[in-house]
Amino acid sequence: MGGIKIRNGGALTTIQDQGRYGAQEAGFSPSGVMDQKAFHIANALLGNKEDEAMLEATLLGPEIEFTEANCFVLTGADLGARLDGAEVPGYQVLTAGKGSILKFGFAKEGVRGYIAFAGGLKVPRVMESKSTSLRYKLGGVEGRKLEAGDEIEFCKPIPMLRHLGRRKVIPDSFLKKELEIRVIPGLQKDYFTKEGIEAFFTTPYTILPESDRMGYRLEGSPVICKETVDIISDATVPGAIQIPASGKPIILMSERQTTGGYAKLGAVITADLSLLAQAVPGSTILFKQVSVEEAQEILIKEKAEHKALRRRMKRWL
Amino acid sequence: MEKISILTAGDSAVTVEFANEISPDINRRVIAFGRALAKKKIKGVLEFIPTFRSVTVFYDPCLISYGRLCKLLMRMAENTEAIGEDTKRVFYIPVCYEEAYAPDMHTVMEHTGLSRQSIIELHSGRDYLIYMLGFLPGFAYLGGLDERLHTPRLATPRTKIEAGSVGIGGSQTGIYPLDSPGGWQLIGKTPVRPYEERRENPILYRAGDYIRFVPIKEKEYQEIDMYCRAGNYHCQVKED
Repeated sequence: MGGIKIRNGGALTTIQDQGRYGAQEAGFSPSGVMDQKAFHIANALLGNKEDEAMLEATLLGPEIEFTEANCFVLTGADLGARLDGAEVPGYQVLTAGKGSILKFGFAKEGVRGYIAFAGGLKVPRVMESKSTSLRYKLGGVEGRKLEAGDEIEFCKPIPMLRHLGRRKVIPDSFLKKELEIRVIPGLQKDYFTKEGIEAFFTTPYTILPESDRMGYRLEGSPVICKETVDIISDATVPGAIQIPASGKPIILMSERQTTGGYAKLGAVITADLSLLAQAVPGSTILFKQVSVEEAQEILIKEKAEHKALRRRMKRWL
Repeated sequence: MEKISILTAGDSAVTVEFANEISPDINRRVIAFGRALAKKKIKGVLEFIPTFRSVTVFYDPCLISYGRLCKLLMRMAENTEAIGEDTKRVFYIPVCYEEAYAPDMHTVMEHTGLSRQSIIELHSGRDYLIYMLGFLPGFAYLGGLDERLHTPRLATPRTKIEAGSVGIGGSQTGIYPLDSPGGWQLIGKTPVRPYEERRENPILYRAGDYIRFVPIKEKEYQEIDMYCRAGNYHCQVKED
């Protein structure tokens, strides 16, 4: 059976699903997609399983040849996609014939583009997940980014989905360079001075170029601690805001270590991690304090919206 | 007994903290709490990470509310007794300390003023408690390294350390489960892989177990290595 052949891997294209959960206890970082929202929309539009793996392309997209016809969809960052030379829109299911070339350029907006295929991609699961972990060199294709010559089979391709024209949603925009990111204070927030916490919530921070799938490094007013930021290593969570001795915050992302020895001021709410995933270095962030209850309301509402979209698309399968 | 606290860790996790110290007693309560949690199967609880002195519990807020979960966990934590020594499980890990497998043995000898033989005897002469797993898949944070063996990390970390390397970093000792960069002083190597995807139990041990290093000769190393690669080496495990 055919699938896709990588003609050019782009800057950093990896296979990701929702992440490798259930083994964090043993030290496995979940990895998985950075922009969960774009991921869910892509699988919903295609009628795929909720956790089906797709490609995550970063800033400069890949060039892909279809060695078998299939439906696909592009979500997340706009990487200037062209199918056989013609511009194609995102957030809308499209078809590609055998031999078609899907070529991307540099990101016009956002950072991470998702390329999902009907029926999903056939790569072995490691600890129940297809996600690539670059740090552990496992999952995806040999635990690395995709390179020219890689071939990945489709699981169950569907060359023509029913109601193709209606399988679309309004694309998200990622043009904003000033973000408001909501944070739930907690964990070791008592390690920091009142002034330190105030600086964090009132002054802007800039995303540094050294930011990656593991963490986002920020520049801005240092968050001053009372005595030390060293703690007895404990578990981290996605979005946790670590403050090293420099006082410059680091937000932990998909490939975070499961444990760490720096004090954490709190954590970014799940819904806003997708926004962060699409923020280009140089963007500024203003952090806003929210309660757990508020954050959970937002999360529950977002999940309900995803479910509704899934249901709508499922009806047409 | 110290006061138990529950720390908010974002919108989908909380951390149950038993104390703010590293001690086998506190860790035994952490382990016991983790096991109770696994048994109880609370609806909405997805997974948890036990560490030195706390357990971080991941949950789905669509299935259980923050308030209810906190109450439930607090009640469970207060009723958790430390697991007793009677459930001690020791994994015997064969380690070759010979020259070719121990690139930093001389540094450790110089720093500690001990002979190679004494270092091997001290390092392999006791059971180490696995306080927690983290940093890399299957990486065990071990407690109880003899003070005489404490040696600072390398000034410049290596860019690649091979899986199975056994090292000392400050007051800690451990095994690198995967090829990885690292700054520990390497004093030996084991053919046994703490993490092996194809094995029936991909992660060899869990927090609360013990490790004991067993010195082996190069010839044994190669034999065991062959068995490990073929997937039919079974670590000696003693339970009592």
